[in-house]
Amino acid sequence: MNIRYRIIILTVTLLIIFALFLKVLNSNKVYQPNQMIGKKIPEFVLEDLFDKKIKINSKELLDKDFVVINIWASWCIPCRVEHPLLINLKNNNQINIIGINYKDERMNAKNFLKTYENPYQLVGVDSNGEVSIQLGAYGVPETYVLNKGKIIFKNIGPLNEDIVTKILQLKK
Amino acid sequence: MLFKKYFLIIVFFLFTTHSILANEELKNKIYKNVRCIVCQGQSIYESNSDFALDLKKLISKKIDAGESEKQIYDFLISRYGEWIVFTPRFNFNSLILWLLPLIVFAIGGFLIFRLNTNKKK
Repeated sequence: MNIRYRIIILTVTLLIIFALFLKVLNSNKVYQPNQMIGKKIPEFVLEDLFDKKIKINSKELLDKDFVVINIWASWCIPCRVEHPLLINLKNNNQINIIGINYKDERMNAKNFLKTYENPYQLVGVDSNGEVSIQLGAYGVPETYVLNKGKIIFKNIGPLNEDIVTKILQLKK
Repeated sequence: MLFKKYFLIIVFFLFTTHSILANEELKNKIYKNVRCIVCQGQSIYESNSDFALDLKKLISKKIDAGESEKQIYDFLISRYGEWIVFTPRFNFNSLILWLLPLIVFAIGGFLIFRLNTNKKK
């Protein structure tokens, strides 16, 4: 083979490898599992944060048109960042938000809601994180949007204005 | 009579110990094959992150409840996708991944064979 052709082939190969490296380097490295989207909410029963006698059963969410589930904790800093947006969703858009309090102290969680206002219709206590795993979550905060018990949207990390707009569009 | 009683106790003890050890072995095998998705390239066996500890507890609970290895992987994959396991399952999507080494091996073998026969000529 002509030496000129060899140099051209080598250069093109190196350029392709370089482009691939660049693409991978600039891609989002945070793994965002979305396997639960389109699936029915798994069955769970949680104790209410304020009244241990009240149980939150996921079966009760099956006939509700639009419900937002937010996994949060008082020790989670990004949860504080998204909290005003949740208050806004509740007050200005009449959206039912169910909170799942993830691996937290009851007292700390109550104080958090007292200090920053409570956007939740109900708050279930997931003291060992098992229900969060059932939902496919791996940290806090995570937000799920349900329609008739089916997960139609999921957000990993704190909410922002764009995500809230997306959630409101889903409601329409 | 006393001998029979002791014999039964020993058999029961050995059986229980064996099943506990088998369960522990299975748990460790699964822990080593499950990726800690909040860590960098670690399995949940190696990690002490909150997520890894929660998953270990849940897997242990499921094994103690009699669930099989496949049932546990199916559960984890349904929640977190194929990426949660280090050994991907053999299906259409992972076909190339499984077959590529064999294809490369076959092509390499063929090239070496041809090179040798050409040299002999």
